Amino acid sequence: MTASHREAVTMKKIIFREEVCMGCGLCEVHCLVQHSRSKDTIKAYRREDPKPLSRIRLEVDRPTTSVVQCQNCKDPPCVMACLSGAMHKDIDSGLVVHDADRCGGCLTCVIVCPFGAIKPDYSIRRIVAKCDMCQDTGIPSCVSNCPNEALVYVEAG
Amino acid sequence: MPKYVIVGGSAGAVGAIEAIREVDADGTITVISEEAPPAYSRPMIGEFLSVDASMRKLAYRSEGFWQQNRVETIVRKKAVGVDLAGRCVKLDGGEKVYFERLLIASGSRPVIVKVKGIEKDGVFTFTTLADASILKERIARSRRAVVVGGGLIGVYAADALSDLGVETTIVELRERILSLLLDQVASEIVKTRIQEKGVDVITGHSVQQILGKQDDESEVGAVVLDDGRVIACDIVVMAVGVRPRIELVQGTGINVNVGIVVDRFMRTNMPDVYACGDAAEAYDFILNDNRVLPQWPTAYEGGRIAGYNMAGKEVQYPGGTLMSALKYFDVPVAAAGLTDPRGDDRCEVLSSLDPLTSTYKKVVVKDDKVVGFILVNDIEKAGILFYLMSKGVNIAGFKEKLVSNTFGLISLPAKIRNRMLEESFRG
Repeated sequence: MTASHREAVTMKKIIFREEVCMGCGLCEVHCLVQHSRSKDTIKAYRREDPKPLSRIRLEVDRPTTSVVQCQNCKDPPCVMACLSGAMHKDIDSGLVVHDADRCGGCLTCVIVCPFGAIKPDYSIRRIVAKCDMCQDTGIPSCVSNCPNEALVYVEAG
Repeated sequence: MPKYVIVGGSAGAVGAIEAIREVDADGTITVISEEAPPAYSRPMIGEFLSVDASMRKLAYRSEGFWQQNRVETIVRKKAVGVDLAGRCVKLDGGEKVYFERLLIASGSRPVIVKVKGIEKDGVFTFTTLADASILKERIARSRRAVVVGGGLIGVYAADALSDLGVETTIVELRERILSLLLDQVASEIVKTRIQEKGVDVITGHSVQQILGKQDDESEVGAVVLDDGRVIACDIVVMAVGVRPRIELVQGTGINVNVGIVVDRFMRTNMPDVYACGDAAEAYDFILNDNRVLPQWPTAYEGGRIAGYNMAGKEVQYPGGTLMSALKYFDVPVAAAGLTDPRGDDRCEVLSSLDPLTSTYKKVVVKDDKVVGFILVNDIEKAGILFYLMSKGVNIAGFKEKLVSNTFGLISLPAKIRNRMLEESFRG
């Protein structure tokens, strides 16, 4: 079985349905909290230092609203451009994985991501942050907390 | 006889090996490298210097990379010549390595300005891990440094040195630092920040001479500028640029301009000989011409393209262009393409500057296409601009949004957004 065949079988994807997005921004809130140390909304927003970052971005240009996060590209430009080898494509899950321990924070991935989905972390950590599909929780936090099911988690095969 | 021989063991070689192995699982690969594996990331040597980053962090690929890809490595050897008729690479020890297909990924070397006193102990370059290692030893007994050159390498070195508490001065010949990448406004923002961090920046001047110490003439003690100014220092870092390493192919009939000239398949004019990376002069999609582009991602991508074609899978190089993201002195900058189009009146410049936060956005447009941009301090959307630029998307319908604070994917027509999603999925 080829790598691309395997990927097609197992890969899951977050799909955005623009027609039902209300632009509430809860996806950003829950993403940030999910990636905080405290997992508590108030603490995550007001007390944690370095500040946790949301890896999903709500964009508003009324009447249109949209959210953007890593699309786990088939041929990811960020992986190609990564100076340190921190960014890689996991063949089994199909995810583009960012290894923060190996990240030099050079921001080269930021300049080549067509979606602008990689966030520079301007805190003392000097690295970047991206959607990890909430690998620890099973279902991405933005999806489970979207009140209007504008974000859905589906098999992308 | 190894099927594939690669001269050089850095980004270009890694790209080529990964591509070759996607196509050809069995063909033997030999890499000739002056350095010893594992493949480390040269653009991260500053982290080695300033925060003592471990080899795990510096490693570009895992330690097992060569073995996993069944690559024979000839390390700490220098390739000194290519014999095209005999189809072999000659090494400095007199050995010959025969090839069916050859990739020259020999990189570049720093330019050393031959000023008086250059031979003194305490003059360094800053492009390899070996450079960083000996510099690190030296820093332990040094208080002051002069960095000659205010380009990417110079500013990077100054950032690392100042992090270590070394009193640092940058001396740049041109009127502004980072002049190849940034325009006046962006360069000024970065310069102001560098100065705030206590690093001196002198532009429009050059170092004319390096003086010795009073008690030891052989050691660096000061530099003299063209206006007679004397700056005391214990270290001089030479960072005035790099030049392709092309000696290997000179006199072989392989076409060389500034670098080794390659076509859109990374082929030289000689059969079965390819080149990539800092040593090569390859296609730039903004210039619509070949140029030397000494950038890590460009070397990796060029290596990949070379690898595919060497292994028999025809893949065309889309071309690279000048592009860099910087984080030096904690000012995030992203810039690419034609960033300072003065003199080209067919170009239109869109820009916005928030003086309070030093947030600067500039997009250069020509014939309704993005041909360059600079973002300072808010660079998250840089990749969207890079996409529009590299795909030559017609931006006439949303031009005015490109430098607005709310610019995002949503600023693009739905048709383009959908195409992007589809492309990301299909590859």
